[in-house]
Amino acid sequence: MAAKKRKEIIYTILILFSILVVSMPVILSIIISTQTPVQVYSSPPRLTPSNHFANYPAAWKSVALGRMMINSTIVAAAVTAGKIIMGLLAAFAFTHFEFRGKNFLFFVVLVTLLLPIPVRIVALFAITSSFHWIDTFWGLIVPFLASATATFLLIQRFKMVPSELLDAAKVDGCSPMRYLFQILLPLSKNTIGALIVIQFIYIWNQYLWPLMATNSKEMRVVQIGVKMLINAEAMNNWGVIMAGVVITMLPPLLVFFIMQESFMKGFALASEK
Amino acid sequence: MESYFKSKWLPYLLLSPTLIILAFFLFYPAFETFLLSFYKVAPYGNRKIFAGLFNFKQMFSDKDYIYSFTLSLIFSVTVVLAGLTVSLLIALLLNQKIKGARVYRSLLIWPYALSPAVSGAIFRFLFNPANGYMGYFTKVLFNIEPKWLTNGNLAFVVVIVAATWKNLGYNIIFYLAGLQNVQKEALESAAIDGAGAVRRFRAITFPLLSPTTFFLLVMNIIYSYFASFGLIDVLTEGGPANATNILIYRLYRDFFVNSRVGYAAAESFILFVLVVGITILQFKTTGKKVYYQ
Repeated sequence: MAAKKRKEIIYTILILFSILVVSMPVILSIIISTQTPVQVYSSPPRLTPSNHFANYPAAWKSVALGRMMINSTIVAAAVTAGKIIMGLLAAFAFTHFEFRGKNFLFFVVLVTLLLPIPVRIVALFAITSSFHWIDTFWGLIVPFLASATATFLLIQRFKMVPSELLDAAKVDGCSPMRYLFQILLPLSKNTIGALIVIQFIYIWNQYLWPLMATNSKEMRVVQIGVKMLINAEAMNNWGVIMAGVVITMLPPLLVFFIMQESFMKGFALASEK
Repeated sequence: MESYFKSKWLPYLLLSPTLIILAFFLFYPAFETFLLSFYKVAPYGNRKIFAGLFNFKQMFSDKDYIYSFTLSLIFSVTVVLAGLTVSLLIALLLNQKIKGARVYRSLLIWPYALSPAVSGAIFRFLFNPANGYMGYFTKVLFNIEPKWLTNGNLAFVVVIVAATWKNLGYNIIFYLAGLQNVQKEALESAAIDGAGAVRRFRAITFPLLSPTTFFLLVMNIIYSYFASFGLIDVLTEGGPANATNILIYRLYRDFFVNSRVGYAAAESFILFVLVVGITILQFKTTGKKVYYQ
């Protein structure tokens, strides 16, 4: 028993150490974001937070961060919603119908995993320009709407639903769409929760495409804002820069913590009820 | 599941939004990029001349491109190996029966929500020459002041550390999910038979985790080749003097800054070949040894 206890203490210490190492860069960025330039440049470095919260409004104003936060929120919310709706429809088609070309179409969706943005960027930029979608929300949203990830996770979930439910529904004369939205959708809450977390974070953190697909200050997203802020503050006003960094990482963290429970369940990290 | 709804047209209607998006924004651009790689394209114009393999020949005779190619390879191998090892160790720790495991788990996976650009900005501060914490601590501890971001090799190391750190949360999540499939009974009976912790890990846990490891290998290689763009752009901009100019950053500059459209398309195509090659190779080698339950 004593040995077991000792083991638990060692494990706990190792975990706490890992937490410290993994969180350290972020903790430091939060500490720096509260310091005055003099404190940031003090030697030895000051490792405790201060109260110079003026860095936050300064970062907000320096590069029109407010506008970028709105843009990123619109794009991330729209893409997340779109991907999940399209994923629901596609997964429903693949699991609840028999039709010609099913295997081929499934393969078509699967193959898109091999086509990340960089392997199609030259022509993607051209087609987006030809739609006059450069520097618009359309250009930031529409190319991302379909998703193999959402389709596959939902297919997996739908396959776990007992077929007796479907038989009973058919006996009752339930239409396909009603079955999808009134039976399958509520049963897939946790998978959808996991997808909201995955997709929101993925889109919020996008960098390459928004950098190319936007050019006006009004259409930039927060990730580009981080770089703009570093340049605007001449790479030295680190208190203000870190305040900006902290602001941009809040929304995805918020989504992560709010949705944590269903995210874990959707990932089978916690047992499903 | 044997029972289906009966409708001739509804499944196609349900799939049409997905297929339309895929056709316009994935398949067509991928194919068109492939075609463009055989053309010389005038900057800012529609004039293009068929040039056969000209772009590819030029690319592979360009020392800078070969350099980026090698750099990407080293970057990817290091980030993948370091990332998977560290995250597997952490996941194994989190999987032990200890008090507060749920809270610890949240505290270790939340960096998953951070972006490459954010990670780049934080590391740029930590390693900056004027007042970066790292410079100070290496001076106090070892009495050396490495020029972290101005020396090419060191900058490359910083980029690797930042990229590995950024992806830890993601890897830990998947390893934790994978560990759920490892039956406690098997481990316990092996322990009763006198198998030590290391032996239990090698004989039971690791083989059962192989589908997860396989999946994470592919995802991490793709991450290191592509998603690290934002990190590089914020942290080093490919510098100093090309020292961190991996393929994806070179592609961006050739296409977007230097307007070498045909050449950039050829670079894109090479990236595609790499992705497909890696996937097939993994499938053939690791795939065979992967143990599915």
